[in-house]
Parts: sequence; C-alpha cells; structure tokens
Amino acid sequence: MASLNAPKIVSSRGQYADSHTLARFLETDGYVGLKKALTMHPEEVAAEVDAASLLGRGGAGFPAGRKWSMLRKSPISYLVVNGDESEPATFKDHFLVERDPNQLVEGVIIAAYALQVTQAFIFLRGEFALGLERVQQAVNDAYAQGALGQRIFGHDFSLDIVVHTGAGAYVCGEETALIEALEGKRGFPRIKPPFFPAVTGLYGEPTVVNNVETMSNLPWIIRNGGAAFAALGTGRSTGTRLFALAGRVKNPGVYEIEMVKNTFRDLIFDPALGGGIIGDKALKAIIPGGVSSPWFGPDLLDTPLGQDEVGGLGSMLGSGSVVVLDEDSCVVRAVWRITKFFSNESCGQCTPCREGSGWIERIMYRIEHGGGRLEDVDLLLDLCDNIAPGLSWPPQQTTICVLGPSIPSSVTSAIKMFRDDFVAHVAHGGCPHD
Amino acid sequence: MSHFRPELRQRADELVALYPRKRSAMLPLLHLAQEQDGYLTEPAIEEIAELTGTSAADVRGTAAFYDMIHLEPVGKYVVGICTNIACLLNGAQEMLEHATTTLGCPVGGTSSDGLFTLEETECLADCNLAPCVQVNHRYVRTTTPDAFDAMVADVRAGKLDHEIPSHGTLVRVRRQGGLRVSREEIAQQRAVAAAARAERDAAAKEAAEAAAAIVSTEEKK
Repeated sequence: MASLNAPKIVSSRGQYADSHTLARFLETDGYVGLKKALTMHPEEVAAEVDAASLLGRGGAGFPAGRKWSMLRKSPISYLVVNGDESEPATFKDHFLVERDPNQLVEGVIIAAYALQVTQAFIFLRGEFALGLERVQQAVNDAYAQGALGQRIFGHDFSLDIVVHTGAGAYVCGEETALIEALEGKRGFPRIKPPFFPAVTGLYGEPTVVNNVETMSNLPWIIRNGGAAFAALGTGRSTGTRLFALAGRVKNPGVYEIEMVKNTFRDLIFDPALGGGIIGDKALKAIIPGGVSSPWFGPDLLDTPLGQDEVGGLGSMLGSGSVVVLDEDSCVVRAVWRITKFFSNESCGQCTPCREGSGWIERIMYRIEHGGGRLEDVDLLLDLCDNIAPGLSWPPQQTTICVLGPSIPSSVTSAIKMFRDDFVAHVAHGGCPHD
Repeated sequence: MSHFRPELRQRADELVALYPRKRSAMLPLLHLAQEQDGYLTEPAIEEIAELTGTSAADVRGTAAFYDMIHLEPVGKYVVGICTNIACLLNGAQEMLEHATTTLGCPVGGTSSDGLFTLEETECLADCNLAPCVQVNHRYVRTTTPDAFDAMVADVRAGKLDHEIPSHGTLVRVRRQGGLRVSREEIAQQRAVAAAARAERDAAAKEAAEAAAAIVSTEEKK
C-alpha cells in the first residue's frame, strides 16, 4: 500500500487553478518562510537546511547544506538556479515554474540570504515560454512587495534576481555548462578540477548552483524547521520528492510522495498515483531515474523510492523521472531513440562521447530498421566499454562531464535484460513490433 | 541605424544592463532577434555582436550551438513534436509522420505557404500529455492526430494567435525596472569577499611553506 500521508511540501498549491498568482500565494503562507528567515542569522538559516539534510533535487543528489557549507568558508558572489530541466521524461521543474513560481522565488531569496549573495540568476530552459513569463511575473511581484531589491522587508539585506533563458541544449543542465551559457557562450562543460563552481564559477567567481525543486523546498523547511523535514523519509533520503511518472501508465503525472516510504510498484500501480499500466498489460521494464540511469526489470518493482535504495541496486533516483515500458514496447526502438538523443546533445568536446554516441546510434538504427548483424550486440558493449571503462555503476569517466558515461546505461541494461530482443531484430530483419 | 525596431532595441539595451558582463545577454538577445525576424539574420548578428562586445563570428558560432536558434528562415509557426522516450512509447513517431501530411512539409522543412515549419524535438518536459506538441514554444497539448489536425486548422484561421504569439520566447516577458541593489553595495560585498579570499590564500600559502620547510629539514637529516 502506498504511503500518502506526508504533507505536500512543494506541490500544495497545485490543487488551485490560480496557483501561480500572487493573490493565491499570499493567501497560502506566501513569504512567511522568507520573513522568518530574515529574523534569523544567515548561519541559522543554513543550519536549518543542514538539519533537513535536503539532498539536491537536480539529479546528482548532493546534500544542499553541504554544498553551501563548502562555500560559506569563502564568501560567494553568485547564486544560480538551474531550471534547464531537459533530462528526457523529467517534467517536475516544469510543474514548479509554471504552477508555483512565487514559491520558487521565495526559496531563492531565502537561499541568497543564507549565502549572503546580492545577485542571483534563475536559468530556465528556453522552451518554457509560459514558465519564463510566470517566473518573471513572480520576480516583478516580489520587487513590488518589497521581497526583492533594496533592504528586503526592511532588513539589512538586498538582492536582485535576473530571470535568464536558455536556447535549447540538454548539456546546459550540467552546472559548469550552465554557467558558460549564462556567460553568453556555447554550453561547453568546464574541465575539472575545480569540481565545483564553488571555487571558480560565474565570471571566475565562487558560485553556488542549485536546482529549482531544491529551492522550492526552502520556504517550507524554514516555516516548519529542518527537523520536521528530516523526520520524513528514511536515512539519507529525507522529506518528500516530486516524481514525474510517464510512459505506458494510465495516469502519468507529477506526484509528490514521501521518500523511501513508497516503492516503484506503489508509484506505478496505486490508484491514487499511476493507476497501473495502460490496457492492464504486463510490465517489461522501468527506467528509474531519467534516461541516464540503468534500467530495472519487474523483479525490482518493490524497491523503495530512496537515494541509497535505488543506488544500491546499480542505478540511480537521478532526476526523479520514472518511465514505464510495457510488454508491447520495443526496447530496441527505445534504446535507439535514447542514444539518438545523446548523439544530438553531445557538445562535441570529448571524443568518446562525440564519436561514441554517433556510432552507437547508427548501430541501434540499423538493428531496429533491419540492417543489424549478430555481432552488433557485442560491438555495442565494446563501444560502451570505451566510453565508460568496466561498464560499472557509477560509471568510470573518460569525458569532461557525465553526459558521456550516461550513454551506455540504457544500451547495456537493455542488452543484459533483453538480449533475445536484439537477436530477434537481427533474425527478423527489422522490428518484430512493426 | 539599429536593425532592431526601437521597442526591441530598448529591450535589448535593458537586457544588457542586467548582467555584470555584457556578453551574458547573448542568449536573450538571440531570442529577441527571432522575435523580430523569425530567425537569426546577418544584420541582427552584427548588432548582437556590438551589443555584447563580441564579433559577428563569435555570435554566429554561439548561436549555432543552440537548437532553438534558427540560422535559416522559418515559417510563421514552428511546430515542434517530441519523439523522445515518453512520447515515443505513446505514438510520437506516428504523430510526426502524420504532421508531415497535415502541414505539407517534411521534418525540418517549411510549408510552401510559409506558414509552418515542422521540427522533431528532444524532450519538452510535458510527458504526461504525450506525444508532446509545441507551436512557437507554446504547449498545445494535442495528443491524437485528429486533435492535431483541429489545432492546425485553428492556427491557420488565426484563432489561436492570442495563445501562440510569434517567435521569440521572451515576447511576453517584461521585467519591471532594472537592478535595484546599488553598485556600491555590490562593490562593498565584493571587497569583503576579496579580503576573505586573500586571507584564506595567504593562510594556505603559509601552510604550504611551513610544510615545505619541514620537508627540506627532513631531507637535510
């Protein structure tokens, strides 16, 4: 049975049609968290976030509090909010920027106060045309309300937020590429070290980059205390999390549920959540955390939705996206499309990623479309091994950023689980599903 | 003479003023250019180079990296259909093929009347309404071929023009006022930060020298 009693921390206003308006926001605890934060010392605000042990909601799951504390030792210059949500089948930040932009802005102001930053940027992907309008409106409203600008709500703290737009590039979700794009350049991820923009970020100055959902959690955490947040979930996975459920399910959508207390089975089959598979077909596989994550078979349906629970089984919770493939879904076609995506989106800096993604895509294409050879399956594994040597998880890296080692995930897990499907495509001279 | 219309040139200047460095306004300016011309024209490239303190080659090179920036003319309405994983599992490929017939142009092409350009896109983050379709980057949420055809008919008749503005995703984004935090305040914060960093660096240098001294003493022994 799904556990659905946890409070809605980031999606509570989703029930209202006018959830994005200032009027609704002010009626439902709007700026209450910010006003409380401003009466606290910045270190106390940061301590609450530490106590909440909020894991970053972008994909890597790095503790937000620790990211901040690394920075607090050296004063930082900029806060950048990552709203470049582009991981295929991830649409939770889309929900947050369109449906509750004021909450996001309040969270950003709280974070900026804790970090004592006077300039913040909210980077949204360019395809969020409506989201850009709504977040800009929320920023305008915040200035008019005295929540932004000089001496916020009369306190000795000033902040400007600029809403910035991307222009269509998946790789810009990588935080150093995001910074390059914000500097007006091609979105090329930067060479590491330094591993964190905390050291050398925007314009070479210390910068913190946090995800939209991470920021959206802050107003509730400050209102209710970090301990109340940490009381939800289990172990390292505290609080609730937005899961974006898509694919062959009856009720695809964004669901906020408590971490760890629910399993993939609950999310996919509970009538209040996914409601089961379309046509009540059998489940073939799930992609548990965005297309960069290795797949799970039906045997792992009872895995709890937690960072370490999923991580311990050789995959990741990643961006909070769950894709369901049913018995009629063609895995070869799915893998072909995923590798085509990586091939399109590789920035081209590193050879293993730039060349490897294209080679893999072409081999997948020919298997799906009738030109496959039996030896192609092992050739795919060999290519994947060249991109991420050892094919282990987490992957070994031969590239500047993690886009490269994300390519093998779907290929190797599909071959491991459904090698027969690949062979059938070769034997049949094309897709048996067509 | 500015290539941008006066209203857009004013918005361009305001955008540049929002960033600590002019070049940061690059992507928003590329969107503005498309708002006016539909695609990135040579005169717009020249002007963006001037506005951002870069060269035309630099602007062109940057623009080419980004999928949303068009270097060739496009139709009045750019129809984007996602075929990535969640949409693929829900008939996106079939929808894309259907769209070529309805719009009368191949994927990547423009209809002969200049109204529509059809694009196959990567995930547009609206996967609960798959397959996902956008027109000029507005979600139209037509998930069946019939609904798609009805939507196209409405667009042709101009019935959706209030929901689907022309190109440039910033067409309705208006910031009220520039930056409010004074340059002095920022400079002051920077000075504090720089001092703290200098102190930290000095301490690190001192520690490194002390360590080196110990090593050299050990070596002498």
